[in-house]
Amino acid sequence: MFPIAGKKTLRILPIALATALSNAALAADTIKVGVLHSLSGTMAISETTLKDTMLMLIEEQNKKGGLLGKQLEAVVVDPASNWPLFAEKARELVEKDGVDAIFGCWTSVSRKSVLPVIEELDSLLFYPVQYEGEESSKNVFYTGAAPNQQAIPAVDYLMEQGVKRWVLAGTDYVYPRTTNKILEAYLKANGVAESDIMINYTPFGHSDWQSIVSDIKGFGAEGKKTAVVSTINGDANVPFYKELGAQGVNADDIPVIAFSVGEEELSGMDTAPLVGHLAAWNYFMSAESESNDEFIDAWHAYTGDEDRVTNDPMEAHYIGFNMWVEAVKKAQSTEPGAVQDAIIGVSVPNLTGGLSSMMPNHHISKPVLIGEIQDDGQFEIVSETPGLVVGDAWSDYLPGSKDLISDWRAPLSCGAYDVVSAKCSGQEL
Amino acid sequence: MSNWTSSLIGLLVGLLTALQVGASTPADQLANASFSEKQTLIQTWIESDSSTALSVVQLLLDGRLYYEKNTNRLVLIDTHKTGQPLTDFATGQAGTIEKKRAYKRVSVNNTLRTFLRDTLAAAQLSDADPAVRLSSVQQMLGDLTPENADQIAKFRAQETDTDVVDLMDLALAIDRLDRGTPAEQAQAIARLADSLTVEAMNALRAVPANSPLASQARSGIQSIEHRRNRYKAVETLYFGLSLGSVLVLAGIGLAITFGVMGVINMAHGELIMLGAYTTFVIQQILPSQPGMALLISLPCAFMVSGLVGIGIQRGVIRFLTGRPLETLLATFGISLILQQAVRSIFSPLNRSVVTPEWMAGSWEINAALSLTLNRLYVIGFCLVVFFVLLTLLKRSSLGLQVRAVSQNRQMAQAMGVRSGWVDALTFGLGSGVAGLAGVALSQLTNVGPNMGQAYIIDSFMVVVFGGVGNLWGTLVAGLSLGIANKLLEPWAGAVLAKILVLVFIVLFIQKNPRGLFPQRGRAAEG
Repeated sequence: MFPIAGKKTLRILPIALATALSNAALAADTIKVGVLHSLSGTMAISETTLKDTMLMLIEEQNKKGGLLGKQLEAVVVDPASNWPLFAEKARELVEKDGVDAIFGCWTSVSRKSVLPVIEELDSLLFYPVQYEGEESSKNVFYTGAAPNQQAIPAVDYLMEQGVKRWVLAGTDYVYPRTTNKILEAYLKANGVAESDIMINYTPFGHSDWQSIVSDIKGFGAEGKKTAVVSTINGDANVPFYKELGAQGVNADDIPVIAFSVGEEELSGMDTAPLVGHLAAWNYFMSAESESNDEFIDAWHAYTGDEDRVTNDPMEAHYIGFNMWVEAVKKAQSTEPGAVQDAIIGVSVPNLTGGLSSMMPNHHISKPVLIGEIQDDGQFEIVSETPGLVVGDAWSDYLPGSKDLISDWRAPLSCGAYDVVSAKCSGQEL
Repeated sequence: MSNWTSSLIGLLVGLLTALQVGASTPADQLANASFSEKQTLIQTWIESDSSTALSVVQLLLDGRLYYEKNTNRLVLIDTHKTGQPLTDFATGQAGTIEKKRAYKRVSVNNTLRTFLRDTLAAAQLSDADPAVRLSSVQQMLGDLTPENADQIAKFRAQETDTDVVDLMDLALAIDRLDRGTPAEQAQAIARLADSLTVEAMNALRAVPANSPLASQARSGIQSIEHRRNRYKAVETLYFGLSLGSVLVLAGIGLAITFGVMGVINMAHGELIMLGAYTTFVIQQILPSQPGMALLISLPCAFMVSGLVGIGIQRGVIRFLTGRPLETLLATFGISLILQQAVRSIFSPLNRSVVTPEWMAGSWEINAALSLTLNRLYVIGFCLVVFFVLLTLLKRSSLGLQVRAVSQNRQMAQAMGVRSGWVDALTFGLGSGVAGLAGVALSQLTNVGPNMGQAYIIDSFMVVVFGGVGNLWGTLVAGLSLGIANKLLEPWAGAVLAKILVLVFIVLFIQKNPRGLFPQRGRAAEG
């Protein structure tokens, strides 16, 4: 635990020192930003990078002169992949350290753990990872993709490619289960028969995929074009793709489209057998835009490593942080209530060459990209939605939520408003 | 001097015309075309200049064709990095990449890739290498068109290789079922019913239910399915053996440290992880020879994990003899330290370990059964490790001393056995074997700081189920648990299968606390 924390403390020490020296009178008066990502335990694999991204963004903002004439100060804590600890650390950040906003969490269960705390203390959480939707909190800003910003366009793309049979494979927890429920409803609405959908769940960290891959092979060998929609999470992906390669399932026969495999996950895999398999995200490192080139250069300079990749949750933090900065400027205050009002409607550049806006439901608008894995661990972008897709908090394809909308602007100010019964069932202001 | 100038002008004019001619070739349009435009472009190109077009098809499939972003000039690049060499596609001139971002790969998607493979397949039916011809027919079979079938029929007469002939006949039968006279169709059904392939089955399924041949087709499908199911059962057995061999490999080191010495070592999984990281490091040192690196990793991983194991034994465990609870907690702490150390040194991300060519792919026995090579090697490796360990413990003097110390420490000491030294070596041996397991696992699963945790429970499960202190028990327990898991999985699902196996073990241990092969006699009292 110590080496990481030590190294990073050293890295931000010069900034802290510079702040103290240049502005001695205001040294105590910095704007504090909380970074709540696991630096140890299972989730460190994904979250450490996001912590570094936040430190880089804050450092760059300070170089530009800070915010409201003050310097920003990152407060980094380690919730150690331990869900209850996320809630404790969030409370500590707000109550003890007095941060004005928190950027953090990865898994849905960590977000759900922080949610009551952040609502009780009326602070702000920017959540950068794709999730299952069905939630809208006054205090949370969802900068990752909702299902309609990732899963549904991915299925649309495959339908265009002539796919008729579907395997929905996922890890057994809330995100894959909800996403697959939405997808199943969506596919049936589009005329796919029950017998053409196969749903399969596996435990966390599942490492023996032999029978499942063999079943998928059998399912796909019935003459109709078949694809796998994968919500398999984390470490289970490597043995899954290895087994696909070993059993000779290649992307021409049965393409796999994944929602949890990005550049960073690919950097830990032997990509040769994966070429042609797909992923759906809102950002790929290979996206061509000037802002992306700048971001990649800055990331390489910050990490001192030319081979480090960038990925979608990093872009989500980039967008979320810049939106928060703009909202603070607009409100001329870092007070969470003022920022909540100011941030709706704020537009900032994303890294794929367009503008993303914060919507009244606290989700953002972004393009959806489909990429094919290349042997160098990058994605070739093969499809892009013509316009931006607005994140939908409540899915239109689930019976329980299709009548719900979320709008945090006055006078509605409701996270789950039922348009049929005209009642607000969610958190109210 | 004037000669010089005129020849220079001549050269320039020549170059200019070359450039102009170049502008009209499909090569320049390729860079920015959409996927469907690329397809028509290549189709017309093949008609005008098939040899160049086919070389482009090959280059596209290999991913070596790039273009300069601002000029659309096509170049060949092997490694897309600043400073690496490139070759101009049209002129063959060599150059270097001044800026990585200035060049972009000519993109291909799955649909286009399938088209390219089909195009190449049609041209390869006359290839000198039978393996190429076989894959060419295989490719055509996946998406059989009347044109393809006519092409195959043309080359069938001169084909000599029996495998290729078989596959060609299958393709022709499928085609005849579709387009032939009723007599030919009946013949084709008889031919297809003999096959084991899914293509034959799908062709028979496509026979309409009202056709006079429907009943014949149905019995054909039944015959294929019947035979395929038999092979499916063999495949399930193989999957079970393979999962079992992984369990045995992970557990066998523990069978020594826990089974023979009685030490509860919670850091066992991390010793496996160290073996896997050793493989990664050796592959980094020998990037061009992944196979050789894997072989070198075996002794290295054994040494690394073994030495760490000896360190743990000398530094911590020997002070805790006879206090199992403290040992458990201390080794659990060590496992966390090792995990975080790896996270700090190698980064928390997974590391990619390459599969050597001879381990990739599968051994195709027939159309219904193929065994994946990497797992076949792991099964073999597991058996080798098991029998070497067994011999070592049964026949060597170290083995004799280990057994003596584990049965009666005082008596062994009285006979002149240095028990402390034997303890350290035994623990080192068990840890080293865990390192070997790590090398094997690096070929099947991810190499990351958390990988050890995935195996620690399974390892204890196998050792306890098999009977503590008995290597044969570990082997039988591991393999039978693997097979049981794979038999349950198809109808219960992966999650439930695992639960059922665990419930079974709990019940079994209730009834037989000493496992499958309990130790008897004096050894049992130790």
